[in-house]
Amino acid sequence: MAVNGIQQSLPFTAQFKESLLKIPEGENIQACLQCACCSGVCPFGFAMDFPPGRMIAWMRAGILDEMLKSDSVWMCVSCYACTEVCPKDIPITLALMTRAKEEALLAGNVPAELQSALEFSQQYGNPLGESSRKRAAWSEELDFEIPIIRKAKRPVDILWFVGDYASYHPRSKNVTIAFATLLNKLGIDFGILGPDEFSDGDSQRLAGERGLFEMLAEKNAKVISRCEFTEIITTDPHAYNAFKNEYPQLGFDFPVRHYTEFLVEHLDEITPLFKENGKAKVAYHDPCYLGRVNKIYDAPRQLIEAIPGLELIEMAHNKSTSLCCGGGGGGMWLDGFRWEKSESRLSEWRVKEAVAVNADILAVACPYEPPRFEDAAKAITGAEKLQVKDVVELIVDAIGN
Amino acid sequence: MTEIVVIARLVPDLVEELEIATSGTALDLAWLRLIINEFDNHAIEQAIILKERSGATVTIISPEAEGVEDMLFTTAAKGADKLIKLTGVGEEKPTNLSMAQTLAEIIKEINPDLVLTGVQAHDDFTGDLAPQLADLLDMPYVGYISGISLGDGKATAYKEYPGGILAEMEIALPAVLGIQSSEEPPRYVAISKVRQMMNTASIEDRDAGVLETDSGVVIDRMYLPEVADRAEMLEGDEEEVASKLIAILQDLGLL
Amino acid sequence: MTQDIFLLIEHIQGQVSDISYIMAAAARELAQNEGDSVIGILFGSGAEGLKDSLAVDKVIYCDHPTLSEFTSDAYKRTLISLLEDYSPRAILFGNTTLGADVSSSLAAHLKFPIINSCLKISDSGGIISQICGGKIMVDSQLADKTTLITVNPGGYKPEEGQSSSSPETITFSPPDLENLKVQLTQYIEPEAGDVDISQEKILIAIGRGIQTEDNIELADELAELLGGAVCASRPVIDQGWLSTSRLVGRSGKKVKPDLYLCLGISGATEHIEAITDSKTIIAVNSDPDAPIFDIAQYGIEVDLFDFIDPLLEQIENAKND
Ligand SMILES: Cc1cc2nc3c(=O)[nH]c(=O)nc-3n(C[C@H](O)[C@H](O)[C@H](O)COP(=O)(O)OP(=O)(O)OC[C@H]3O[C@@H](n4cnc5c(N)ncnc54)[C@H](O)[C@@H]3O)c2cc1C
Ligand code: SF4
Ligand code: SF4
Repeated sequence: MAVNGIQQSLPFTAQFKESLLKIPEGENIQACLQCACCSGVCPFGFAMDFPPGRMIAWMRAGILDEMLKSDSVWMCVSCYACTEVCPKDIPITLALMTRAKEEALLAGNVPAELQSALEFSQQYGNPLGESSRKRAAWSEELDFEIPIIRKAKRPVDILWFVGDYASYHPRSKNVTIAFATLLNKLGIDFGILGPDEFSDGDSQRLAGERGLFEMLAEKNAKVISRCEFTEIITTDPHAYNAFKNEYPQLGFDFPVRHYTEFLVEHLDEITPLFKENGKAKVAYHDPCYLGRVNKIYDAPRQLIEAIPGLELIEMAHNKSTSLCCGGGGGGMWLDGFRWEKSESRLSEWRVKEAVAVNADILAVACPYEPPRFEDAAKAITGAEKLQVKDVVELIVDAIGN
Repeated sequence: MTEIVVIARLVPDLVEELEIATSGTALDLAWLRLIINEFDNHAIEQAIILKERSGATVTIISPEAEGVEDMLFTTAAKGADKLIKLTGVGEEKPTNLSMAQTLAEIIKEINPDLVLTGVQAHDDFTGDLAPQLADLLDMPYVGYISGISLGDGKATAYKEYPGGILAEMEIALPAVLGIQSSEEPPRYVAISKVRQMMNTASIEDRDAGVLETDSGVVIDRMYLPEVADRAEMLEGDEEEVASKLIAILQDLGLL
Repeated sequence: MTQDIFLLIEHIQGQVSDISYIMAAAARELAQNEGDSVIGILFGSGAEGLKDSLAVDKVIYCDHPTLSEFTSDAYKRTLISLLEDYSPRAILFGNTTLGADVSSSLAAHLKFPIINSCLKISDSGGIISQICGGKIMVDSQLADKTTLITVNPGGYKPEEGQSSSSPETITFSPPDLENLKVQLTQYIEPEAGDVDISQEKILIAIGRGIQTEDNIELADELAELLGGAVCASRPVIDQGWLSTSRLVGRSGKKVKPDLYLCLGISGATEHIEAITDSKTIIAVNSDPDAPIFDIAQYGIEVDLFDFIDPLLEQIENAKND
């Protein structure tokens, strides 16, 4: 579905529309009711000059050029809330919003923060601008060694695709270490790509940089196709989404599961390891790309419920109505921009919801989230004691040493 | 039409840890990752801005290095017209003077109105390229420029003087200018546009000829500075710590 | 070739720049033998008096209206003419926006070797340079002909190159300075508008530890005394206490000051990735385990509110001395 830039010779709106119609189910756009459910449910709809419904209206009127001059599209966190509610099954996030970002990017309308993340992704293979050689540096803290598949030169059962934030972000790294510890304890045969791993590229794609996504996908596919393994497991829902839904369209088909699905299968082995654990109320936050986009709602909840002492509670928005943490669609790289436009931060909104249900722990299953929510918790009154933990951290904490 | 030449160099990427070669007098190339010299990137942007403002032909010349083609195609996607790669540069870093001599020959053929390049490159030990180039081309040179407008036979440019003072300079053309920052930050071009350029644009190869690597200065040793992995903690009560801090500021020449 | 060491004195608007004193100190180290002179080169218009505070043996002074302020073409022409008469062991230039405009160009013209970014002179008279943003050190020796050297600040203190005894003057008549290709038309003083923190040399950075909007005054005072600007981590900006143009970090600006003094900043990765190009980072934090201490050169573990007042007072005293 590589849709290239609009040729200058034809009116922008007509070309844009045509490109949408080529995307699977894109023709549904013609059936839009202008019900505005999309714009209403959109967490940043209030701060957009062109929320999705209006974009379609202006497109119909043939005057969508105006949108290119606005930076409205950069408010979209690609959360799929609009897609979820649309009565006409219009692929709003996948087609309309993402294509609009691609056009803004081609027109050179790119916020500076996002630009540097994209440049870093090109130069280093990760949006944080960290050395690619240090991609496996997090594993030095472990008391056992994780095979780097290329060096180990042997087949492994599980190819663990670690991902960007899970590899480099000091907070997310703790989750990565917890998962490694658990896999090791369970005696799973696994390996990583280490310095050969590139960003999965999904967030760059959702931020409108399709070409960069394809380039990164090609690089990963080349490395992975040289490895022998049974399946890919990842803790990163964005990587999971890329491998599951996007890479196959480029001809790269690898079996993949999110770690929560994988661990549920191993619950029988994990349960006996649990020790006495304190009591706590846990609110689980569904990451957009695990929940709404890929419909994995139960696996993480099953894991939490299996941990002794933990009581699973739900926040006002949960499962298919979950609220985005704000990191999607390039949100990790648009924090300042979005704050300036909206003076609100979705992560803070979400933390307030956790406080409202008296949660002791806000549980997550995506490496973007612990830093975002911990950060937000510092700013919210009442959240002083709220802990943010990835599900796998809860498991490893309950197992102890 | 105004002719602008930009020299763009790749330099060691400081995000990566640098290593010293076994000779002890050079960087270990196996460990080097290269990245465009940031000032050169600004020079490219400034050239494109001038082209967009009043029309110009922009030629980019780069000494060969790993990744230089990608860098050149990226400049084409931004709007550069001609791409030249200097081949046969070799592993050992040539002196800037001899690099300037080679570049000057090529630049003379183009007969430009303006030659832009980054004011410095962080790995330059044998002088700065831009002013050397200016001397060989018998053109005036001004460095630390952050803004240019072209007039009849002259350029008006803004140069940084010490103390953050800006000076308006009038420079007779043709001239070489050392760019510190472009008027707008270097733009982003979508990878799809760069990939398009890879299929359509062409890079002209030019042989660098014989490059001198010995400047006459003897390098005894290259080494990494000692860096502590944690802050040196200043101990004592508030008054004592304050006076220690002041001593440090004085040592650093900041007070 | 004589064994004398020359240095090009930098001055702007009637003030000798610190780098000139630093060069004088370095030149003294380089002039190893008894009898080798350190000689300042001073160009200006009625500016001979500028030589007085410099610790050099002699000054070669060239007076011409066109030389009143620095411009590369006039300076280069005059230097070329001067070097027809003199043949020193080495000539030092500031690695500054002025010195770097002429040093390499002159080296190319006269085919003299040049060494960049000298920080210090070693005991044996070698040159210690710092390249690659300070990540690589190079020890080298002068070539066997006149060698030009550009000098970075930091290796010597300006006081080390100051003296109260006025050096002797040798006058030098200027060459033809007609038809110059570079002219300075005017100085433009920085606009009064908001500061650009990415260009500031001294930054006082405040974080959540500053607690209230009123306390920002303390940081302002400190910045004013040190001649710098105030910037902040995200929580301070979020509160609206400072404008977004003062935000340092992934979502704000990348900075590269000589001094980054941070008060009550924990050192989150989104913040520190934008300050690593700072020359010196000094952190003040009450938590001894704050990650900021992992990247700072100097750390101070105190409650910042107990610390700022004594600090302000002592800085004031130091400045009055
Ligand atoms: C996508 C994203 C982008 C971000 N972008 C940025 C960015 O661009 N810039 C940025 O700064 N942050 C950014 N952040 C936020 C960042 O993660 C941190 O939350 C933030 O930098 C913390 O600021 P702080 O250090 O001031 O506050 P804290 O982390 O709360 O630290 C306050 C510190 O002050 C100390 N302290 C408290 N009282 C005193 C006292 N009396 N005396 C001395 N010390 C005291 C404490 O010990 C503590 O270490 C971003 C976060 C995300 C998720
Ligand atoms: S929800 Fe669907 S039908 Fe309703 S306005 Fe949005 S796009 Fe149109
Ligand atoms: S994907 Fe989310 S942020 Fe984007 S338009 Fe839809 S609801 Fe809004």
